[in-house]
Amino acid sequence: MDLFEKDFDVIVIGGGNAGLCAAISAAEQGAQVLILESAPKIYRGGNSRHTRNFRCMHRTEKFPLTGRYDEEEYFQDLIKVTGGKTDETLARLVIGQSEDCLDWMVEHGVRFQPSLSGTLSLSRTNAFFLGGGKALVNAYYRTAEALGVEVSYDTEVTDVKLEDNRVTEVCCRYQEREYRLTPKAVVVASGGFQSDIDWLADAWGPAARNFLIRGTPYNRGVVLKSLLDQDVLSVGDPTQCHAVAIDGRAPKYDGGIVTRLDCVPFSVVVNRDCERFYDEGEDVWPKRYAIWGRLVAAQPDQIGFSIIDSKSIDLFMPSVFPPIKADTLDELAKALELSQDGLKSTIEKFNQACTEGTFFPTELDGLSTRGLEIEKTNWARPIDTPPYYAYSLKPGVTFTYLGFKVDKNARVYSQKGPIDNLWAAGETMAGSILGQGYLAGFGMTIGTVFGRLAGGEAGSHVH
Amino acid sequence: MSIDTSLEAKRQIEICNACRYCEGYCSVFPAINNTKVFDKPSLTFLANLCHNCRGCYYACQFTPPHEFAINLPGILAEQRQESWQEFAWPRGFGQLFHRSGLAISLLVVIGAALMIWLINLLPGQENAEGFYRLLSHQTMVLIFIPAFLLPIFALVKSTRDFWASINGSALQVTHIKDALTTALSLKNLSGGHGEGCNFEDEDRFSLARTHAHHAVFIGFSLCFLSTSVATILHYFFNNPAPYDLISLPKLFGIPGGILLSVGSAYLAYLKTKADPELSSPKVWGGEMAFIVLLFLVSTSGLFLYILGGTSWLAELLAFHLGCVLALFLLTPYTKMVHGIYRVAALLRDAQLKSRT
Repeated sequence: MDLFEKDFDVIVIGGGNAGLCAAISAAEQGAQVLILESAPKIYRGGNSRHTRNFRCMHRTEKFPLTGRYDEEEYFQDLIKVTGGKTDETLARLVIGQSEDCLDWMVEHGVRFQPSLSGTLSLSRTNAFFLGGGKALVNAYYRTAEALGVEVSYDTEVTDVKLEDNRVTEVCCRYQEREYRLTPKAVVVASGGFQSDIDWLADAWGPAARNFLIRGTPYNRGVVLKSLLDQDVLSVGDPTQCHAVAIDGRAPKYDGGIVTRLDCVPFSVVVNRDCERFYDEGEDVWPKRYAIWGRLVAAQPDQIGFSIIDSKSIDLFMPSVFPPIKADTLDELAKALELSQDGLKSTIEKFNQACTEGTFFPTELDGLSTRGLEIEKTNWARPIDTPPYYAYSLKPGVTFTYLGFKVDKNARVYSQKGPIDNLWAAGETMAGSILGQGYLAGFGMTIGTVFGRLAGGEAGSHVH
Repeated sequence: MSIDTSLEAKRQIEICNACRYCEGYCSVFPAINNTKVFDKPSLTFLANLCHNCRGCYYACQFTPPHEFAINLPGILAEQRQESWQEFAWPRGFGQLFHRSGLAISLLVVIGAALMIWLINLLPGQENAEGFYRLLSHQTMVLIFIPAFLLPIFALVKSTRDFWASINGSALQVTHIKDALTTALSLKNLSGGHGEGCNFEDEDRFSLARTHAHHAVFIGFSLCFLSTSVATILHYFFNNPAPYDLISLPKLFGIPGGILLSVGSAYLAYLKTKADPELSSPKVWGGEMAFIVLLFLVSTSGLFLYILGGTSWLAELLAFHLGCVLALFLLTPYTKMVHGIYRVAALLRDAQLKSRT
């Protein structure tokens, strides 16, 4: 292809939020920039196309954010979810710069909207993109192209070659042909490896073959592997991924936000053998959804079934698929291919353990079962009012933690020290800051801050 | 209404309802959030509330080839079209003219031929100036009063049926104020951020369509006003056409004609650039023919003014009156009718919003 004959100063690998921020920042330094995006145009943008907000520090009220959210509170929120597994210097860098990002994003075409209905709890901390992540991605592509950035879709980078601690070649494949490019600088922003199911199964165990991937099928970790094989330093637990419980009928890839299920706190969740395995009412759902991926992953066949009755059907956001519905528990068990006696006996035991009290769907109501091996500690109401409804649950992987070690300039390191002309941004280096768990909207913040840093550094390196 | 269209619209809207990313674009998504059951009345209402700004399509993660295959502007356009055809009276006219650009063109030709025939057949008006010499005022009134009143009757009937079908209730002043403000400002084509809609260049936001629509709407209104003022002058002030340049009919009519002409040409151009799959491809021809008809009405009117003193007068007059006749008669059965359904849907939306 003609595009590959041209000399580019900077090649950005990956066309999601981080890659786009990097490309724009490098181009604003005067660099000639090429983005290599492995997806076709319709699926461009990596996991960013599924996002909806970014977490933003702000000392004063600023549209679309309400109230204030200072650095310390933000940092403490991060400590809570990561259990302290974070690089404090980098974390504080991201948090501190997130405030400037809001204006920068608007200047580069992103538009915001007030917190979406059903997400009021995030209106102070997270700024919602008007139209969601794909609209953000579209805006950045327009801005980048106006700055002269070139984009090659359907282009998979197969190898990034290092010699004497600098990148000498970027090898890529486009329409079955191999190309070797020799840019002056490279920014890697190609995400994690969660869509390579073989790698996931090697890392996590064979159960991972039953996991669903919530986002793009194009994050296969090819560049990650290529560089780690050349002694580039890594961070993040190579065996771990972030997974939530999603609708078991979701597609294998790319199901996105609509496959989430919010019914668990109002339900009884059983596994394939009709046994309950965890307190469904431990806390409000926004604080618990993230652990259910792991919980379901630990069950036989990596599947669970969330069962409610007609009392609760209107208490949560609808899922993309209608629930399985039946007039009796027997019929429900049959539809779910579960043992009829098993399901009935579990539900009966549960119902008998329910106690009298007042039910408050929106707060911890302390309405608990009494006498069960695994109690349900809130919202425990008997499942006794037909029709009955069920959703199947499977683990849905959002991202993997393994990534590149970077410094505060987004520069990538090998065992020999900082690599002369290689920077990283986004999910591919986020493991430094998010060692475990997840904080809503933080991935986009890391991508924006480090994308801008990496692109700016790469751009000034070539001039 | 086709069951397939309704089922598909329901399937897509239920996915949207589980996502809600597009809430900020227009009135449709907040209305979806407040809808419990997506039955025929609510689907008809939502379809007519949609202004086809297409923001949601280009922002959607789930457009084809994704297996969720979301194309909300497309399916709502189908649903909307079906409702216009269903509520048209008589229904067969709706089905014919919405789909067929050819039928619209034929009607124009028939109208023009009729006028030529009448001009040749009848003596015209003696002692009159301008076109009344060719076709008397009385003859024109005899043709255009029914051509004006019959469509109004049909529209009233369609509007009442539609309003009942979407469960509309008694209106309050606040509803009317809200709906008219939203309609006249084309707020639902603003993208939520005021930068316009996605139409002629994929996901780029642009005010082109808003501006073109404003030109058409204002142009049409000025032309209508010009004719109304002329009628008043004729009957109450004994001041028949033709009028001087500095006269109310001309001061309204000439700028109106230019705006309508330029606006409709711009709309037609934009339509050729837009992806037909995000609207109803079945009626593309009918919609385009209608826009061209608007262009012909205004442009032939302007030419009639410029070339009125030449030997072209008879042909121009016949063509212009033929176009106007077709436009009047087709109002209940072409895209022209969208204004009424849109305003009705916006009124219903205002009612529903004021309840929550």
